Amino acid sequence: MAKATKKYELRLYIAGNTPKSALALKNLKKYCEEHLKGIYDIEVIDLLVNPQLAEGDQILAIPTLVKKVPEPVRKIIGDLSNEEKVLVGLDIRPAK
Amino acid sequence: MLKKSKTPVLRNRQLKKCPTGIAGLDEITFGGLPQGRPTLVCGGPGSGKTLFGIEFVVNGAQKFNEPGVIIAFEEKGEELATNVASLGFDLEKLQADKKIKIDYVHVDKAEIEETGEYDLSGLFIRLDYAINSIKAKRVVLDTIENLFSGLSNEGILRSEIRRLFQWLKDKGVTTVITGERGTATLTRQGLEEYVSDCVILLEHRIQNQVSTRLLRVVKYRGTVHGTNEYPFLIEKEGISVLPITSLELNYSVSSEKISSGVPTLDEMLNEGDGFFRGSSILISGTAGTGKTSLAASFANAACLRKERVLFFAFEESPPQIIRNMSSIGMDLQQHVDKKLLQFHSSRPTIHGLEMHLVEIHKKIMQFNPHVIVIDPITNLVTIGSVSEVKSMLIRLIDHLQKNQISVLFTALNYNNTISEQTDEGVSSLVDAWITVRDLESNGERNRGLYIMKSRGMKHSNQVREFIITDHGLQLVDVYLGPKGVLIGSAREEQELEEAAGAELKTFAGTQREREIKRKRTVLEAQIASLQEEFESVKDELNRTFQEEELRKMVLDKNRQALTKKRYLNDNKPKTKKRNGKGN
Repeated sequence: MAKATKKYELRLYIAGNTPKSALALKNLKKYCEEHLKGIYDIEVIDLLVNPQLAEGDQILAIPTLVKKVPEPVRKIIGDLSNEEKVLVGLDIRPAK
Repeated sequence: MLKKSKTPVLRNRQLKKCPTGIAGLDEITFGGLPQGRPTLVCGGPGSGKTLFGIEFVVNGAQKFNEPGVIIAFEEKGEELATNVASLGFDLEKLQADKKIKIDYVHVDKAEIEETGEYDLSGLFIRLDYAINSIKAKRVVLDTIENLFSGLSNEGILRSEIRRLFQWLKDKGVTTVITGERGTATLTRQGLEEYVSDCVILLEHRIQNQVSTRLLRVVKYRGTVHGTNEYPFLIEKEGISVLPITSLELNYSVSSEKISSGVPTLDEMLNEGDGFFRGSSILISGTAGTGKTSLAASFANAACLRKERVLFFAFEESPPQIIRNMSSIGMDLQQHVDKKLLQFHSSRPTIHGLEMHLVEIHKKIMQFNPHVIVIDPITNLVTIGSVSEVKSMLIRLIDHLQKNQISVLFTALNYNNTISEQTDEGVSSLVDAWITVRDLESNGERNRGLYIMKSRGMKHSNQVREFIITDHGLQLVDVYLGPKGVLIGSAREEQELEEAAGAELKTFAGTQREREIKRKRTVLEAQIASLQEEFESVKDELNRTFQEEELRKMVLDKNRQALTKKRYLNDNKPKTKKRNGKGN
């Protein structure tokens, strides 16, 4: 797998500091530490501060995690409470 | 508008409306969509929902100075712009002018993984951002139901959509939400549950392979609205709805009369006046009875009065009509050249009935005619049922009478038996009804013309023979004689016979006169000779009388002389006596 060489660029879109956003960020950090240690980069975008950024990544739902790199672009919406789904979504673990 | 009203309190409480600028729709809804509230526009695929929404926003931006946001869930902004460019909407320019903002919301299930709780704040933020960036007053969500195919948590979606509509209301923007028609419900996802203010249904109905678009205001809370299905069109200028059915019969009427173009026909109508201006006239008849000729002569007469005429021909092309009419001495080309006469020829099957109505309506708006001719309405039945044609004509007549436009329809009767009803059942709608019928007798067919009715004027109840000559149309009195009604050559024969009889009569008359003259001469001669005779007799008698007188005188003289002599002889001695006698 190429995951060791590639860096993960992740963006988490939130709208204010809501419990859901906080939970999502906490979950994400936990998974990244477990599986992508050292090769990930998380950018948190608060749309209440930068609403114009929502259009670019086609953000509808909050919170949304967007994996820009590596390709393909994937979006994971929700509070990321289901680890299995998140890992599949990030292509860290192949779908069963 | 509201500031001027005398009862501002009451007025303010009434629902404010937001004009859509869509031709006709604002009339049906008495002003437009509910301002600051969401309106649901639903319909099947291809029914014009997206166009409705875009037109609402574009008109807002262009006509009412209300910028608008289009949130497109189905098509990309560029696609949308291309699609509506053919309608003359320049979305790119409007976007550049900050009149419109298009945001394409792309939802692809393959790209999205759902895990755990989420909400649609992202959509809200985008919408809010778009609205604030151009200070939008109008929003279109086209089609929000697409979210259901992209996101699987229906519970969240439903509560979020409910929240979205409430949020839009609070925001005070007038929103149009489009929704795909469901089988049992108005929309597939039951959006009508969330939008309770105004629901408009668009339909695309196909009958006999001809499509008709229909619009209906299903619900409009807090205000009156037209409840019928109104046909509408999508054409070069966008959507136009036709609320041709006027709600009341209260148009003003004219008592001015206009000629039918056939003087002898005018004679039958109120002694030479013709039809009322703004009335509807039906000419029915079997094939080849001269309906088109009558219609053309009506048009011709109007053009000669310098009035504008629109001629809708569903059977013949304009050059054909012009040629045919020139053969009976009518020069229609000159009117076409002077732009007094406009022809519109089309096959009825080219569009649906409603489309025809719209076409007629539009042409009338453009040309503003005094008179229109539709030849024939019967052909419309090929594309609609009798009742549909009737309802179309009712609407057309309503519209025309409101505008004081006289209209002449021709209708083909398929059977020769004269029925009290034309095939379209429109006879009760029209003001005047003339029927031309074939009268067959003595091995030939002739045309008989009747006036079946003519509202509000005296009219002849007689059948006239209708003849088409090189110099136009003429009506001839039919011959009613001991042999019955005579028409055609039988009538001509009778006329000839009568003429011969008259000739003979005059001949006989002159002979008698001569006889009298001769007699008179003879008698006068006799009288003269008798007079002569009388004169001579008179002379004779006079002479005898004079002789008698003379003789009498002479005799008297002689007798006196004699007497004297005798007296002298008796009294000779007495001188005195003699002297006395001598005195």
